[in-house]
Amino acid sequence: MSAAPELNPAIEVAGLRKRYGVGDTAVDALKGVDLTVQPGEVIGLIGPSGSGKSTLLKCLGAVTEPSDGRIRLSGETVYDGGWHDLDPRALRRDRIGFVFQAPYLIPFLDVTDNVALPLLLAGRSNREARQRARELLAALDVQHRAQAAIAQLSGGEQQRVAIARALANQPPIILADEPTAPLDSERALAVVRILNRMAQQYRTAIIVVTHDEKIIPTFRRLYHIRDGRTYEEAGAGRDLG
Amino acid sequence: MISLAGRDILHSWGKYAFTGLGLGLLIGVTLSMAGIYRGMVDDGKALLANSGADLWVVQRDTLGPYAEPSSLRDDVYRGLLGLPGVAHAANVTYLTMQARQGKREARVMVVGIQPGEPGEPRYLIAGRQIERTHYEAVADASAGFQLGQRVRIRRHDYTVVGLTRRMVSASGDPMVFIPLRDAQEAQFLKDNDAIVNERARVRANPALNRPGAPGLAETVSRSQESSRMVNAVLVQVAPGWSAAEVAETIRRWKRLQTYTVPQMEEILIAKLIATSARQIAVFLLILAVVSAAIVSFIIYTMTLGKLREIAVLKLIGARNRTIAGMILQEALGLGLIGFLVGKTVATLWAPYFPKYVLLEPGDAARGFAAVMLICALASTLAIRTALRVDPATAMGG
Ligand SMILES: Nc1ncnc2c1ncn2[C@@H]1O[C@H](COP(=O)(O)OP(=O)(O)OP(=O)(O)O)[C@@H](O)[C@H]1O
Ligand SMILES: [Mg+2]
Repeated sequence: MSAAPELNPAIEVAGLRKRYGVGDTAVDALKGVDLTVQPGEVIGLIGPSGSGKSTLLKCLGAVTEPSDGRIRLSGETVYDGGWHDLDPRALRRDRIGFVFQAPYLIPFLDVTDNVALPLLLAGRSNREARQRARELLAALDVQHRAQAAIAQLSGGEQQRVAIARALANQPPIILADEPTAPLDSERALAVVRILNRMAQQYRTAIIVVTHDEKIIPTFRRLYHIRDGRTYEEAGAGRDLG
Repeated sequence: MISLAGRDILHSWGKYAFTGLGLGLLIGVTLSMAGIYRGMVDDGKALLANSGADLWVVQRDTLGPYAEPSSLRDDVYRGLLGLPGVAHAANVTYLTMQARQGKREARVMVVGIQPGEPGEPRYLIAGRQIERTHYEAVADASAGFQLGQRVRIRRHDYTVVGLTRRMVSASGDPMVFIPLRDAQEAQFLKDNDAIVNERARVRANPALNRPGAPGLAETVSRSQESSRMVNAVLVQVAPGWSAAEVAETIRRWKRLQTYTVPQMEEILIAKLIATSARQIAVFLLILAVVSAAIVSFIIYTMTLGKLREIAVLKLIGARNRTIAGMILQEALGLGLIGFLVGKTVATLWAPYFPKYVLLEPGDAARGFAAVMLICALASTLAIRTALRVDPATAMGG
């Protein structure tokens, strides 16, 4: 680390490009993206379908390798025209939490173990991992379902469990791709409220990709992405109560 | 770390149980096949051990009396008794035929023995040995005859006075011991019509029925009718003599084929049951291939059904080792269930086989190792597919 993490932005992206494929069929999904997110900040990422939102999250999460540009996480350069001495899986496991449109929980594990899984994969003991999982479930108000099978949960409960899983390793960054799409407006707002609370509580930097008209006004800062480029704008920052 | 494989198996235990059951039945058949082979070998050894003989003296240039027909004059044994190192020598005959008791019929190997001599069954599980010179029988329990029952062999009825166990021929037919004289009659003597025909033929032969030689035809006929043969002479060696040594003496002085116990075992196992053994080996191979195909197909399908979960696992940082381990353990778990089911059913259905099925612990251990190996190999296809999954697919569009 080049400096104390708090003094650096959690995410700094400059001139990021991503081209899928080669030759005639190549698609330039990102054509120079600039973006900065501070610790504890929740920003919205909006844009038309096919504009490159998911691609950007995949690059930030070291799921897909960018084609050019630079990514710094908490002041550390992880990508600069190539991955910097990096194990993408370790990075994802230790520093990034993912929340998707569909919760994608592991159906053969119960609620607690789904949340504990990232900790277990990081080598923590079963006891410690489950203890932390129970705390997170309590924080997200699903502790009463701790022993339940995934198939027995409602959509909203599943999404909260997925958020708890994303928070398990206390990652400095959470990337959420349309996390409220399958929820009604009340539950969608509840999820955004939780994300904001977590950001404050743990100083997590959160990027939320969304189409959802109901939650867009809640962001203080938004990035518009159009045709592979980002445009920053101030959001309404409506109080969530 | 919790066992992902264990959780997945518990979560879809019904699917695993059914698949394991199917695989288990297949493994059960495989173990039974091996057991049938072991049973044949063991039957052969029991047959040799129970005869109480050290040497088998048979017709020259034959692999008799079990693997090839052999016949000797029934006075050969007298000559053997005079040789150094020979303690006992006794005639025996073997003939496979149908025996009837009431309405039941059984295919049996009739063994003609001399009471108290080599060839007599050594252990009885009920009753007594043959004591009279005619019309008594000791039968193997697997023939299904009871003590005191009367069993018809050829033209005579025999009373069952004793029962043995594990005395069967190389093809699995139960043995029925009867006095040698009766057996010789059943095997070699001709029926009345044949005798009449034979006498007519001798009389019609001008060389044998010459005017100047009255009584010649009569003598020839009688000598033919009284010609008595046996299949082998069983020899017990005197204490202090080696069987091989005595066998050599018999070969040299009597110019007869003589086999020791190890040579007899070799003949029974390498020659007599060799074809069956090869048959079983081919079956085992096919069953192994079929099991491997089934396990890989099942594990592969199960993995295809979990591709999204695997992508999620990769996305949240699971190592390849963790994912490969999960699939491998599931395959091995399936193999374990299959093996336990297979071992159980093989044990349960073994008594219903008409032949002795010997389930050796060593074979079970080897079978277990083979099942595990097959399952491990069968999971490689699924593991390769799983490791190729792109974690990006978990994120969707
Ligand atoms: N794996 C891929 N290979 C080739 N092209 C891809 C791939 N993934 C995305 N694209 C293309 O890149 C562009 C951006 O896709 P992306 O999924 O980032 O859009 P998005 O903004 O998330 O859209 P949506 O709102 O519909 O989810 C699209 O034109 C898409 O077709
Ligand atoms: Mg998208």
